[in-house]
Amino acid sequence: MTVTAAARPARAARRTPYLLILPGLLWLAVFFAVPVVQLGATSLYDPNGSLTDGYAMTWSFGNYATALAAYWPQFLRSLLYAGLATAICLALGYPLAFVIAQRAGRWRNLLLILVVAPFFTSFLVRTLAWKAILADTGWLAGLLRDLHLLAPDGRLLATPFAVVMGLVYNFLPFMVLPLYASLQRLDGRLLEAAADLYASPLRTFRHVTLPLSMPGVVAGTLLTFIPAVGDYINAALLGTVRTSMIGNVIDSAFLVRLDYPQAAALSFLLMAAILVLVTVYVRRAGTDELL
Amino acid sequence: MRRSTLPLTRRTLLRGTAAASLATALAACGTKGAKQTEASCVSEDVSGAEKTLQFSNWTQYIDVDGDARPTLAAFQQQTGITVTYTEDINDNNQFFGKIQQQLSACQPTGRDVIVLTDWLVGRLVQLGWVQKLDLAKMPNVQANLLPSLKGRSVDPQNDHAVPWQGGLAAIAYNAGATKEVRTIDELLTRADLKGRVTLLAEMRDTMGLIMQSNGHDPSNFTAAQFDDALAKLKRAVDAGQIRKFTGNEYTTDLERGDIAACLAWSGDVLQLSAENDRIRFVAPDSGAILFSDDALVPNRAGHKANAEQLLNYYYQPEVAAKVAAEVNYICPVVGAQEAMTKIDPELAENPLIFPTPELLGNAKDFMVLDEAASREYERKFQTVIGA
Repeated sequence: MTVTAAARPARAARRTPYLLILPGLLWLAVFFAVPVVQLGATSLYDPNGSLTDGYAMTWSFGNYATALAAYWPQFLRSLLYAGLATAICLALGYPLAFVIAQRAGRWRNLLLILVVAPFFTSFLVRTLAWKAILADTGWLAGLLRDLHLLAPDGRLLATPFAVVMGLVYNFLPFMVLPLYASLQRLDGRLLEAAADLYASPLRTFRHVTLPLSMPGVVAGTLLTFIPAVGDYINAALLGTVRTSMIGNVIDSAFLVRLDYPQAAALSFLLMAAILVLVTVYVRRAGTDELL
Repeated sequence: MRRSTLPLTRRTLLRGTAAASLATALAACGTKGAKQTEASCVSEDVSGAEKTLQFSNWTQYIDVDGDARPTLAAFQQQTGITVTYTEDINDNNQFFGKIQQQLSACQPTGRDVIVLTDWLVGRLVQLGWVQKLDLAKMPNVQANLLPSLKGRSVDPQNDHAVPWQGGLAAIAYNAGATKEVRTIDELLTRADLKGRVTLLAEMRDTMGLIMQSNGHDPSNFTAAQFDDALAKLKRAVDAGQIRKFTGNEYTTDLERGDIAACLAWSGDVLQLSAENDRIRFVAPDSGAILFSDDALVPNRAGHKANAEQLLNYYYQPEVAAKVAAEVNYICPVVGAQEAMTKIDPELAENPLIFPTPELLGNAKDFMVLDEAASREYERKFQTVIGA
């Protein structure tokens, strides 16, 4: 009798983790697994099908080749813009996060709020604001023309520069926050110890600060790069005919051209490209334990 | 006997089963045709029992007075029908994406009346997603519909869609930023406009206007004529003349002078020029594109009779004039011009609300395309505009 009485709570305890994971699993199954399988199926439909007559499953792997052949420039451009934006975010975000985490003292919370504040408005409104800032007739373009940094007929808006700037601005907090979290845990005494041992500030940074903040760097890079590759709002609002990204192509394939197999194939290619890049990156950055 | 190199373990068996069942699941995918017929999708009308109507429209497309909508309020008072008016249509393609699943499966969309642009109306009618209207219940529509909007190829019998407002697509320019722009060719090639021109992302408007500038008729064209126009467009894009392809968002850029000239919709320009007299609208001599936004009753909408009552009400000249005074698009109701003289004599003379016969005679609509043709033309066009 005493054995079963003791076993019952133990069995319940063993079940608890599964119960805890259940809502998450259900969520993933309904909102991730099912749509992905559906998307995968759509990408293999007969490319000659139509909404009117329906699409037959013909295992048309050729959809992938057609999509890639037609839209590789937009693919490369997306990777390039997102890569640039991520690099700039890191360059801007690292010193900022370091100062907030290590040197800001009583200003820390205020500075953190300032980093997050743009998120209080919608993504669209923030991007539209950049349209006003970079306008041909705006003060910034005028100033740069007066300083001869911009040709008299040059412009900022509707250029690759504007698209990359928009991406940097919109995703910067995704970089700063993980960096802040890891830099904040950095023990200041380690920096003092390095200085005591005659390490130059640069060497301290390379051998102490940077390695200890790597989880933040990796998390920040991923959180910035992945959404930036698929973004289409910035390219649509700040770009021009020659700056469209793969997100714009997918948007047009799904909504304007109604070419569902190709749209699905493009989405899958994008997912695969991101997965490969991220895997290689995480392997090389050597922070597998982060994931 | 050759032995398999892979020993069959429980794990490989499980993996194999999973892969096989995934493949089976995928193979079972595929979609049925989305086309419906009056027999396959029957809509029941409960208007007699329920005095309600769900009306979805574009923003700024009806008269407003503070928080009230006077013509709609008057309709409710006269008929006792409670109208829920929602401004939830911003983009034809996106809205199509929103209602497509329901209408493919003959499910209700929760809307009794929706307003969409004519080319999309054509697609919905072809798909059999629109309820046939009872013309006998709409005598005002029969009597007062603008002749140019009768018997259009999207709805030859005028019994599936009722024009809500019409408009023209043509050239607009900011006189503060450039000198007069009169032709499509100037827009596409004039050196002083380089990089300061936007065109419309709506294929039918942009390509229709360029075809007209080549002397071709967008309401009846050949693939070769389309390709000609596309080559002309591509030259302008490659030369850096065209800054962007836009939806409505050209309005702020044009007003600021970031763009000097563009392709634009008449109603937008009329609203802009009310605030800024440097904004001008030009219908080129080669012709403009006439479009209309039509009200229709989708399948499974339960209040068709109420909808017919509403549309009939809005085709009274006095009511139509009140709407036209506010929204500044082409009024599709004959007789509204006289009614307008009592509200605002100046607007009654405005050719962009009540176009002259010459202007209408020169304006064409875009040929109705079936799904395959539409996809092919859109694909070509989207390639040139960068998406």
